[in-house]
Amino acid sequence: MDNKILHSISAIFNTPDEITHAAKEIVKAGYKKFDIHTPYPVHGMDGAMKLKRSPLGYFAFALGATGAVLALLLMWSTMVVSYPNNIGGKPLFPLPAFVPVTFEVTVLLASVATVTSMIIVFFRFPNNSHPLHDTNYMKKVSSDKYGAIIESDDPNFNFDSVKELFEKLGSKDVEPIYYDEDELSVKHNLFDPKFITGLAIIAVTISGITYFALNKMMFMEPFNWMMKQQKLSAQSPSTFFKDGFSMREVVAGTVAKGKMPYLYPDSIDLADKFMVNPLDVNEQNLSIGKAKYNTYCSPCHDYNGNGNARLNGQFPNPPSLHTDKVRNWKDGHIFHIITMGQNTMPSYAQQINETERWQIITYIRALQRALNAKEEDMK
Amino acid sequence: MSSAEVVLYEKKPLPAKLTLIGLALLAIGGALAGIGFTSDSVRASYNLIIVFMWLFSIGFGSLFLIALEHIVGADWSVPFRRITEILAGVVFIVPIVAIPLFINLDQVFVWINPQVLEADKYIKGKAPYLNQDFFVIRNAVIFGLMILFFILLSVRSFKQDVNKNPKASKTSAKLAAIFLPIFAISISVVAMDWLMSLEPKWFSTIFGVYYFAGSVLSTLSILTIIVILLVENGYLSKYINEDHYYNLGALMFAFTNFWAYIAFSQFLLIWYANIPDETLWYMDRSNGAWMIMSLGIIFVRFGIPYLALVTRPSKSNPFRLKIIATWVFLAHYYDLYWVIMPEYAKRNGVDGPVFGLTELSAPFIVVGAVIVVLALLSKGKNLMPVGDPKFKRSLEFHL
Repeated sequence: MDNKILHSISAIFNTPDEITHAAKEIVKAGYKKFDIHTPYPVHGMDGAMKLKRSPLGYFAFALGATGAVLALLLMWSTMVVSYPNNIGGKPLFPLPAFVPVTFEVTVLLASVATVTSMIIVFFRFPNNSHPLHDTNYMKKVSSDKYGAIIESDDPNFNFDSVKELFEKLGSKDVEPIYYDEDELSVKHNLFDPKFITGLAIIAVTISGITYFALNKMMFMEPFNWMMKQQKLSAQSPSTFFKDGFSMREVVAGTVAKGKMPYLYPDSIDLADKFMVNPLDVNEQNLSIGKAKYNTYCSPCHDYNGNGNARLNGQFPNPPSLHTDKVRNWKDGHIFHIITMGQNTMPSYAQQINETERWQIITYIRALQRALNAKEEDMK
Repeated sequence: MSSAEVVLYEKKPLPAKLTLIGLALLAIGGALAGIGFTSDSVRASYNLIIVFMWLFSIGFGSLFLIALEHIVGADWSVPFRRITEILAGVVFIVPIVAIPLFINLDQVFVWINPQVLEADKYIKGKAPYLNQDFFVIRNAVIFGLMILFFILLSVRSFKQDVNKNPKASKTSAKLAAIFLPIFAISISVVAMDWLMSLEPKWFSTIFGVYYFAGSVLSTLSILTIIVILLVENGYLSKYINEDHYYNLGALMFAFTNFWAYIAFSQFLLIWYANIPDETLWYMDRSNGAWMIMSLGIIFVRFGIPYLALVTRPSKSNPFRLKIIATWVFLAHYYDLYWVIMPEYAKRNGVDGPVFGLTELSAPFIVVGAVIVVLALLSKGKNLMPVGDPKFKRSLEFHL
């Protein structure tokens, strides 16, 4: 007994009135480090103990405000900065729509972080023991009695006077409470490797079991009516039509709405005769023409049109665009070749629309002029 | 309080001059409204709707608070229940205010006008519900129900003071259970008839709840003001403590949040769906100066009362609670003005909110009517329900 260290002196009372009276008297006697334990909240106890207002509210407020700011920042950065999409004609930062989310995150962060900080700061996690645990005192006050303790590190603490005070207040059951040896020798550290490893193993196990249970044992498609619907798939035969096609071919001679078919597919002479480049020579047409030329034409014709390009050797070299023959072709002639193809050159009608063809022709003309400049171009 | 000799409550009649004060306020309000009526009778009619809906809030809201206490078996509110029961007497004033409105219904409700009905098939489609005969009948029925439940809930409680019959409280709980569904339907009907049908094209299914939230707030706030003033002047028991006030404040705080929740839900859905039938009501309230009022209501009705009531001392300190309750009470006026007057402005070519002598009459009439009801109905009665079996326990209430 002698080598044990005293934590506090405890006293048991029988009625809520007695304990309220005791709390008032303990305050009056000038003790600061004392506590009251009751099986249920006793009305008026915080007033009797002269407790100050808990600072937890300010914690919660600060954390809640942080949550609100974080939620708004997240929505701002995703909806305004990263993915600025027009949704239903609303502004990019529609505040009313963000109010529910902000509210939820505020409440979530305030509650979770308050409980966490309470556990870590006030309960000194991971310490999980207290001298009052496993005492007769605690057994009584958690069933039907009311208890008070005065801790030994109170500046006014004196074993005999505290005992006398409790007995004067009418307690029949006054007991000293000592520290356990473990509590003094073993010190828990939040960053103890064993503790961290234990936490990691628990996390991995629980998430593994959860993953296995949800995805392997009892996997259910959340909804399958999009995946399992009747539909036509490209590149696969359909049973709907006898010939296995998934859709009917268009009637010969059908013209798509708003599209003008090429008028002279059979005659390059007619193209030569009737087709005129409708575009002006300006910077916009030239730059689009250059981009399209570099994309579709340059692999064979080369960037400057001399025909010695990066596919040299794999295909026959096309003739240079700078010969007199090509230079004297009319624009309609080149248009016909781009549209219908010539020799090994395929048709580019699918890749390049009509305006772009004219823009490419404008650009080819500029290339030709560049290698064969006239006197007046130098001005 | 263990000995039987302790006097919980001593009967003390309210001063006789209270009736005169109430009548004087009523006279001032009536005079202001009369001046307004001679200059612009349409505007005066719209203002009379504000007065009517405000008084209806207090009368019907009081019955709701009484029923709520009976049905949940609350202890803490028993000391104030007599004041609520007397306040419920406002139900006798409500039909009187409604009479001039019934006469001039076509001045404010466009759905009565046959030309409007012919021109607009949407309004015509609502004619089976929105027609003058049915309107008068269903509102008369609701007024009748209000007075019936005033007799059933309040008058029976007045009698309990004398006969001390504990079984009367049990019967009251049963009556409250009958009353609450009737209350829920009636207050929705009244809110739709008198507020929503001012713009007959517009509809919002949550609107009845919106008006209900505001009604309970206005009742709670006027009750809080009256209780605190009576305690300060020694007309109620001295055992009313700060925990009683705390609960009044907490309920006010809860309904402040409830109002914000309902008001925001209504706005969010309409704003998000963006359907012209539904947005027009908010569009009317976002033109020019109305926009300032619309933004203001967030702070007047929610922001300021929320911050004022959020801490514990502000709920348990009677002086602070009195000031906050006054604010909440007047915020109901702001709310009703914001719901009603844009319709007046839209139909009569007025740009933005107007505030003149006519508008000033509403608070005078309402406060005057409440004081007159309080003074007249409290004559010869206890101001606390001394016959209630829970009375002694309720005074010992602690959080």
